[in-house]
Amino acid sequence: MLEPDRPRVPLSGWGRYPRRDCDVAAPGDPATAAAARSPSLPLIARGNGRSYGDASFGPGLTLDMRRLGRLVAFDEATGVLTCEAGTLLSEIIAVLTPRGWFPPVTPGTKFVTVGGMVASDVHGKNHHGAGSFCDHVLSVRLALGDGTILTCSPTEHADLFAATCGGMGLTGTVLTVTFRLIPVHSSKILQETVRAPDLATAIDLFEAGAARTYSVAWIDCLASGADLGRSVIIFGEHATPADIEPGQRATPFARPAPRRKRVPVDFPTVALNRLSVSLFNKVYYRLQTPGRKVVDIDPYFYPLDAIQDWNRIYGRHGFVQYQCVLPLETSRDGLTALLTEIARVGQASFLAVLKRLGRESFGYLSFPREGYTLALDFPAHADTFALLERLDRIVIEGGGRLYLAKDARMRAPMLRSGYPRLERFDAVRRSYGLDGRFRSALSDRLEI
Amino acid sequence: MTPSSVLILGARSDIGRAVARRFAQSGASVILAARRADGLADELADLRIRFKVAAEAIEFDVTDGEAERFFDALPELPHTVVMVVGLLGDQPRSEADLDAASAVMATNYTGPACYLLAAARRMAMRGSGCIVGISSVAGDRGRQSNYVYGSAKAGFTAFLAGLRNRLFRRGVTVVTVKPGFVATAMTAGMKLPPLLTAQPDEVGQAIFTAVTKGKDTIYVRPIWRLIMAVIRNVPEIVFKRLSM
Repeated sequence: MLEPDRPRVPLSGWGRYPRRDCDVAAPGDPATAAAARSPSLPLIARGNGRSYGDASFGPGLTLDMRRLGRLVAFDEATGVLTCEAGTLLSEIIAVLTPRGWFPPVTPGTKFVTVGGMVASDVHGKNHHGAGSFCDHVLSVRLALGDGTILTCSPTEHADLFAATCGGMGLTGTVLTVTFRLIPVHSSKILQETVRAPDLATAIDLFEAGAARTYSVAWIDCLASGADLGRSVIIFGEHATPADIEPGQRATPFARPAPRRKRVPVDFPTVALNRLSVSLFNKVYYRLQTPGRKVVDIDPYFYPLDAIQDWNRIYGRHGFVQYQCVLPLETSRDGLTALLTEIARVGQASFLAVLKRLGRESFGYLSFPREGYTLALDFPAHADTFALLERLDRIVIEGGGRLYLAKDARMRAPMLRSGYPRLERFDAVRRSYGLDGRFRSALSDRLEI
Repeated sequence: MTPSSVLILGARSDIGRAVARRFAQSGASVILAARRADGLADELADLRIRFKVAAEAIEFDVTDGEAERFFDALPELPHTVVMVVGLLGDQPRSEADLDAASAVMATNYTGPACYLLAAARRMAMRGSGCIVGISSVAGDRGRQSNYVYGSAKAGFTAFLAGLRNRLFRRGVTVVTVKPGFVATAMTAGMKLPPLLTAQPDEVGQAIFTAVTKGKDTIYVRPIWRLIMAVIRNVPEIVFKRLSM
């Protein structure tokens, strides 16, 4: 009873689809992580397992990087931080935001590792102005799986840097990351909520809001006809003490006590249906009262982090997230087609997020490009996969692509059509001898 | 009472790191002691950046028999000393290779006990302080699957109980910690039951609470107290037939 055996560990992404039994090693320091290699076992690093699909585990040895979470250097004058790849963003915020620093880019959960943020070149609600995370990365230290450790930056091994940023861990094991945080004057966000009755209005609001720091829309995918694209747009700015209520002005970095809830069990798979989600969306739309208010960073950036294990609401079969981007010129038509198809089928998608993205990132496999991105999630079952193939056709036709950090099911041809710089990525991998040495379930599926 | 300083013996382990972080969070200055201490620079940087505390590293080998010299060389006797060192070993190997068996015994019992004797004398003289020993539920009853490790931990548990008794009237507290399963490098890859498995940070928190509240023996997850009570009370005539 007290001496468990050492079987392979069942792993999945945050969507809990697909799953795979993997060999796992959990190095405790960078030297051990860099030394991990085996001629017969390809490597892939795994952070906190918050990518949705099959990017974070592999057919060979999966390196669990969470024990590498040290903050190695921080310059209080410039906000430049060097930390190990397994450092959670939540820890960086907990330590540095009270001192007036905030991540330059943050995804919709803070339970991601910095290594994962580089590998997925994550974007946030400020992409239209600030770019993606790797635009703020000064350098990374990368272990190439043969004992070599290289420092890559925009000036050093720039080709490997461009392949690594957004490269899904396929160019080596990120050991440390150096990036620049931004100064803030409080831990609060001045939020402005605007309702958009339809898609055209939502897009107009995004275009008119180009100067806002943060913007995002929750979109009701079950609304159809004249209501198609009905959404709530939430803008945000970092609050200055002047924005805060006089009573709290003296402590601009005070945080409310965390009130975390947990989903204790897998929901039955029937719990999310057209009716319940439609009801949720209607209530949510009503609850978002238009207007301005000051809120803490947590409810603004990370509403779902308040519910631990929220992925269990989709039941034991898991779910898939579908996030596409369409170029600006095809966005209106493409989004209309996508939303029409989703509303027609009536698949329950809880979390539907629409966002304007800014200019394309330098990373060869980075997802963001100028245009609109739509993110949806669906329970993993056959009807969903059939729907997603129809959505794929709309995305391909519009010249768009899917986000690898979310994807669990597209095939190689769609990757090639969406990511024209894939050939350069492959070439860099070959020139550093990385192809075959780093493999994930995702790279096998997509023939990368 | 919140300790002003803490010495972690075996600071490179996941539990050692977690204990250091928890004490540093309360503002305590930290001394990390481990083999190859020069490799702890990043760990020290982390503690300084996160908690703005003084943090130093010092060379330490639990089996070197140099405990007196080690404590003499410290600039100051810390308020709290936490002995984290342990070696799970491999039971079948210990049965075949007596050197391996003695290494397990020395690393889990004689080494830690000698170092804590040296610390205890100094604390008794000062009249204050706290000694924490990380023992194991494996020491609560010998079982075929790990009795070399378990017996050394049993010795260590008895040692800590005696030390607590001796120091009770000298203003020094002694905490015995039985973590149960912990998700660490030592157990990486094992399939551990989640309800019985603590994270290193939980162990750090439990030890910090025990020190500040003057606890005697703690099981990090309370369920282990019940489990071990059952295991201890199975009659030997039955127990010897079980495969555990």
